[in-house]
Amino acid sequence: MKASILPDKSTIEKIVAVVFALVVWQAGAMLLGESLLLVAPTDVIRRLFTLLPEQDFISSAGFSFLRIVSGFLLALVIGAMLSALAGKIHVIEVMLRPFIVTIKSVPVASFIILCLIWLSSKSLSIFISFLMVLPIVYTNLLQGIKSTDPKMLEMADIFRIGWLRRLKYIYLPQLKPYLVSACSVAIGLAWKSGIAAEVIGVTDGSIGEKLYEAKIYLSTGDLFAWTVVIVALSVAFEKLFLYIVKSFFAGLEKS
Amino acid sequence: MYIVISGLVKKYGENIVFDGFDAKIEKNRTTFIMGPSGCGKTTLINILMGITTPDGGTISGVPALKSAVFQEDRLCESFSAISNVRLVCDKKIKNDTIIEHLKKIGLGDSLTKPVAEFSGGMKRRVAIVRAVLARSEILFLDEPFKGLDTETKKTAMEYLKENTKGKTVVIVTHDIEEVKALEGDLITL
Repeated sequence: MKASILPDKSTIEKIVAVVFALVVWQAGAMLLGESLLLVAPTDVIRRLFTLLPEQDFISSAGFSFLRIVSGFLLALVIGAMLSALAGKIHVIEVMLRPFIVTIKSVPVASFIILCLIWLSSKSLSIFISFLMVLPIVYTNLLQGIKSTDPKMLEMADIFRIGWLRRLKYIYLPQLKPYLVSACSVAIGLAWKSGIAAEVIGVTDGSIGEKLYEAKIYLSTGDLFAWTVVIVALSVAFEKLFLYIVKSFFAGLEKS
Repeated sequence: MYIVISGLVKKYGENIVFDGFDAKIEKNRTTFIMGPSGCGKTTLINILMGITTPDGGTISGVPALKSAVFQEDRLCESFSAISNVRLVCDKKIKNDTIIEHLKKIGLGDSLTKPVAEFSGGMKRRVAIVRAVLARSEILFLDEPFKGLDTETKKTAMEYLKENTKGKTVVIVTHDIEEVKALEGDLITL
């Protein structure tokens, strides 16, 4: 049987939807006829290509990427540790509740302005990304830990299975969907909040600074081009990270 | 040497399951617990395993190293049959031994597939091998042949008989044929 070289139905649907959105955007820009209000996608692509070889493109993208990803990873590690503790010791869950609720409900802009007083603008995006990701990771993983089948834990008790093997065979497979779901939501949020922090803090050498400059100089083309860069970095990191997570679990199950 | 149950009391609300129940289980032999559905067979085996706490009475002589086939299979679904058995085994038990046991019970073709892809009967047989190979002084088997067809049940019973000789085994069943085939003492509830 020959394998089909044509993309599957869902891929075709996605491509058609993207092309349709670009056509609507291009038509809207042409109707308005004012690039300051709405720049055409063709102009954005043109600007993107002039942006790529610029000297500070890589350094700005790298600066923001490193900080936002660091904030995300830090929140993932600390959120996992806190959820494990809260899952084991109820008092810790109760004590953490007000902090988690506060972080969840306070607007990100309030945190950014407050943190500008505490921290240098260079580390602002790390802390803000961390803060936005932490409750998502914590809440999801805690829910996963709590929904662990008590009968499986009973089985582990009867067979005297140690904590490391319990983690590998019982907890981690149970946590997989919760972790994947938390990461796919949190990565997007880490980028949104991290870039917002850079814009408000006007962090030197960051993508946020470029967006701020685009606003000052009314350069809508730059604004859209840098936004495309942010979306591309966010999506690429999300795909890569989820691939690593899924591969880790696949390896775990085969070992 | 006996496991001695004396004056056992267990209630679930208004429902009295045991009210001063006494029994003896001889060690290094197979003992069957039989009775109609809902009479407390699983409750008794769970009390003996230490999973359920009795409301009264005493139980003495239960060995510390236990192994079990539970009423549900309680397997790690995303892992293979070998991994599920390996999870509870001593390090000195080699993978070859596990494979040999799985083959004996008729699972030779499905050693590396995740057990989530197994039929109910196949999962049950993995649970039996796991209980047999776990380091233990007593095996608690709660309806171990549930969901097996006639042929696989026969294979599983032969496997169990061969591999539990001289061990203390407590089996919950409601099938007298199992008692006849495996031979042992009988506690009727």
